[in-house]
Amino acid sequence: MSEKKIQDQSLEELYAEAHEHTINVGDVKIHAKRMGGKFRNLKWASNLLWLVFFIGPYFRLGDRQAVLFDIPHRQFHIFNLTLLPQDIWMLSFVLLFFAILLAVVTALAGRVWCGFFCFQTVWTDVFTWIEEKLEGTPAKRRKLEKAPWTAAKIIIRAKKYFLWLLISLLTGVSFTAWFTDAYQLWIDLFTLQASSTAYITISMFIAGTFFLAGFLREQTCFWLCPYARIQAVMIDNTSIVPSYDVKRGENRGRLVKGKPTSADQGDCVDCNQCVAVCPTGVDIRGGQQEGCIMCGLCIDACDSVMEKINKPTGLIKYASWDGIMGKEELPLFKRPRVWVYSTILLISVIGVVVGLSGMESLELKILHARQPLFVIQSDGTIQNRYTLKVLNKINEDLNITISANNEKFKGLILLGAEKKINALHGTVTPVTIFVKIPKKNLTETSQSIVFTVSGKDKEGTFYQSSRESVFIGPKR
Amino acid sequence: MSEHNPFPDEGNTGHIWDDNLRELSNPPPNWWMMAWYASIAFVIGYGLIYPMIPLATSYTKGLTGWTAIGEYNAAIAEVEAIRKPYEDKLAAMSAKDILADNELSAYVEASGKVIFGDNCAACHGAGGSGNSGFPVLADDDWLYGGTIEQIQTTITNGRKGMMTSHAGTLTEAEIDTLANYVVGLSEGKVDEKGKALFQSKACFACHGMDAKGMTAMGSANLTDGIWRFAAIDQLASVKRTITHGVNAANDPKTRNAEMPSFKGKLSDADIKKMAVYVYKFGGGK
Repeated sequence: MSEKKIQDQSLEELYAEAHEHTINVGDVKIHAKRMGGKFRNLKWASNLLWLVFFIGPYFRLGDRQAVLFDIPHRQFHIFNLTLLPQDIWMLSFVLLFFAILLAVVTALAGRVWCGFFCFQTVWTDVFTWIEEKLEGTPAKRRKLEKAPWTAAKIIIRAKKYFLWLLISLLTGVSFTAWFTDAYQLWIDLFTLQASSTAYITISMFIAGTFFLAGFLREQTCFWLCPYARIQAVMIDNTSIVPSYDVKRGENRGRLVKGKPTSADQGDCVDCNQCVAVCPTGVDIRGGQQEGCIMCGLCIDACDSVMEKINKPTGLIKYASWDGIMGKEELPLFKRPRVWVYSTILLISVIGVVVGLSGMESLELKILHARQPLFVIQSDGTIQNRYTLKVLNKINEDLNITISANNEKFKGLILLGAEKKINALHGTVTPVTIFVKIPKKNLTETSQSIVFTVSGKDKEGTFYQSSRESVFIGPKR
Repeated sequence: MSEHNPFPDEGNTGHIWDDNLRELSNPPPNWWMMAWYASIAFVIGYGLIYPMIPLATSYTKGLTGWTAIGEYNAAIAEVEAIRKPYEDKLAAMSAKDILADNELSAYVEASGKVIFGDNCAACHGAGGSGNSGFPVLADDDWLYGGTIEQIQTTITNGRKGMMTSHAGTLTEAEIDTLANYVVGLSEGKVDEKGKALFQSKACFACHGMDAKGMTAMGSANLTDGIWRFAAIDQLASVKRTITHGVNAANDPKTRNAEMPSFKGKLSDADIKKMAVYVYKFGGGK
């Protein structure tokens, strides 16, 4: 055989195999069939979680919104907790926590986020539900799609688009309401007084929701979403994911009434229901694939068929590849992934807990003046200049006293701190002070000095914060 | 390239190499075409909104009439508008009143940095830290007085130090004695011989009987540890000052000590601001 012929042959094999893999590039619109079942109910329940997104902004706490991400004032309010830009480092731990949570859940149970919680999945689910209510079953929808633009079609489509836009609008307004006073936002929107930022955000959300959930749908998961790709590489043979029991199912073949099945025929009757219900249009029987968002709807479909033909359910089920292949499955605690992920999860939780518990109501930062580092005064004392930045996180202004550790330095004089200083709440108040120490009482060129700010609020609660800085004198 | 086309029906361009390597003529992908049309639409939109095409003596202005300098001016106007209430208040107040007003003096401290940097820092150093031959502004030793009014006068009119050259009137030994006496004073020692010479040679006429200097003349206080012409070898520096004087005519080796007047160079309001700014370095009296 010549070299060329070998090449041709292997190419043909490759093409033959590739023929089995159809790639969904959106040329055929997916119209998934809706069916009741365990996972369908689960999906509705998880969809409901998103109601928090819509109603959350309307809860109040005192005279402000309970949860408000107030970007113009650089304050995040989460119930009683107020976070200032200084606390944002905790956000990295929160993000780490959710990133690793995604990883650990994926490694154990596949794309749970994609199948049940992702906004793309949920909004698409609601949009297609509306579509089905207005246009009917998938067969009817396909027919309508091809039908000419008659008045009836225009009315149906107009209704559908109107409802979609309404949801999109609500989505946009609800998102915006987390960042500004929700009630005021509605008033501003109706009186056309809202900020341009609000209008731009809302219109981007309307366009995004309408287009992504209404038209792009599963194409988003296939070709836009990075999570889908990241999550896919986290799955291994031990991950429990919706799988087709290939050993039991193959060889698949149609059931024909009155005709006995051949001996090598498996339980799969090739009814294609699993494909018909799939919101992304994949055939789970082809094995794990990028298009599968693991929503479990094919399990519902297959189980209902199995019940009808009096065969045990679970031809498609949540199982690991090892489980399907009859291999022994490693218990959770023996999997290194579980340990590594859990450790990172724990670290991030500790980070947030430490951050939250270490949050002081009064914080002090000190800038030692660089130019000049020190000044020799005519009476032989050395003067250093400091800018104290007092951050007051309680809900009222505080009259604070500034002090330094006088006992360490003989003859220390604090200038600029004679009177109490009003530290405004929710912001940083800078105070310039001078420290004078006689040159003869300095033992080193650079010595540490500790400043303390303290004050009492109206109820008499005492707040205090200390910070170390340096006192610099001439070279010795 | 082959004349004979073995693949006539696939729409190739007729460019065929090595029997079967051929160039097809497929349309670009849809997304690419859409992006291309979108960029054309963008250019048209951009050209309508912004200045775009240069003409012989002018250019297309665009519907919005946007210009870079216009945007800059608008931004400047915005800053000026924020500053205006403070500047209006400052204009009507004396430097002393500004100093007493917490809000305004904080404003001066924040906004004065640029004026100080442009006009003062070259000699006096950022933060008034001083430079070789130029006084420190952050200490409490002032040749011409450290009250807010005196600082303001100094900035407005400038200052020129004066000390006669003693190269011809004092012997080297006398200069040595005087220099040692003066350096000793700053360390708390009193040399009686030097003291006698200080009085007999009429140094006190300018520096005062107690050698503490006179604000009215701008003569230096010789008793404190701060030197107008500070040096590592302070004794040598003092000797040079006594020998050659300060701004003394006819002595090429004389000390140069002159601060220019900022009247007319800075507005009255800016001079007031600088007085407050310098005062707040920590040395004001």
